[in-house]
Amino acid sequence: MIWHSWHAFFAMGGYADYVWGAYGFATLVLFWNVVSAVRKRKAVLKMLRELALAEQAPKETGAQRYVSE
Amino acid sequence: MYKYASPKNFYALAGRLIPWLGTITLLLFVFGLYLGLYVAPPDYQQGDSYRIMFIHVPAAWMSMFIYVMMAGAGLVGLVWNIKLADMLATASAPIGASLTLMALVTGSLWGKPTWGTYWVWDARLTSELLLFFLYMGFMALQAAIDDPRRSARAGAVLALVGVVDIPIIHFSVVWWNTLHQPASIGSLGRIVSPTIYPSMLHPLLIMSIAFFVFYFTVVLIRMRGEILARERHTGWVTQIVRSGMETQGKFP
Repeated sequence: MIWHSWHAFFAMGGYADYVWGAYGFATLVLFWNVVSAVRKRKAVLKMLRELALAEQAPKETGAQRYVSE
Repeated sequence: MYKYASPKNFYALAGRLIPWLGTITLLLFVFGLYLGLYVAPPDYQQGDSYRIMFIHVPAAWMSMFIYVMMAGAGLVGLVWNIKLADMLATASAPIGASLTLMALVTGSLWGKPTWGTYWVWDARLTSELLLFFLYMGFMALQAAIDDPRRSARAGAVLALVGVVDIPIIHFSVVWWNTLHQPASIGSLGRIVSPTIYPSMLHPLLIMSIAFFVFYFTVVLIRMRGEILARERHTGWVTQIVRSGMETQGKFP
């Protein structure tokens, strides 16, 4: 442990903007990676579900529903 | 082992691995950040600004590693026509691009206090910027072609041509005069007898492993999406789609 206080820790020896800027940007990029990857798979599933419903619709409720969607 | 080469089994295996890999990634990041920001002493020349190294160096390493994975997977897909290899290449591109951007931005933020400038057009920085454009070009090219097989082939050719940039990035600090400092690690021998203190080396290694496992976690999530999209006409994907609708009550 090399920090005397939380204040010293956040000040990063005068380099706070650079250090926390870099770590902040890195955190954003890592989060973006996880969120976009999970969303991508969910978007594919959603699209496939809608396609399946669209195929099913004319048989069940007639062409009306197919058109309205 | 071979049975996981089928998209169906790979999809299931990836689904089981992701939570474990994600947990390992998280633990490694927590431990690496603790060592790098809390335990490691300031550098005698650079003060605390050098702590940017713990994210900059792993991001830069991964930017090159992922590119090689992408080009290698592209080659395997091109030669043996293996769908999963094509999907690995496609899934790797956005991760690689984002980590290249991370290496550039964190490097820039480290350069300002250390060199007095955010950017110089020297060999290392320029070749890393070119790597970013290679990733973007790969994604733009694949997005422009609808047919999945032609899209995969075109991407693979582009990735393979661009692979010459990797040795240029790696050796740029040796071949040309540059502001960028030479590698501190660079080879396995340097890990055994390093030129930096263990208190600084250990967080760097832990963070590097964290980034490495992170890539595999995210690439598996992305590949699962790719598999669903490209295997949508198969029975097992239809079943997944139907079962999803049943649980959501959308499907009668």
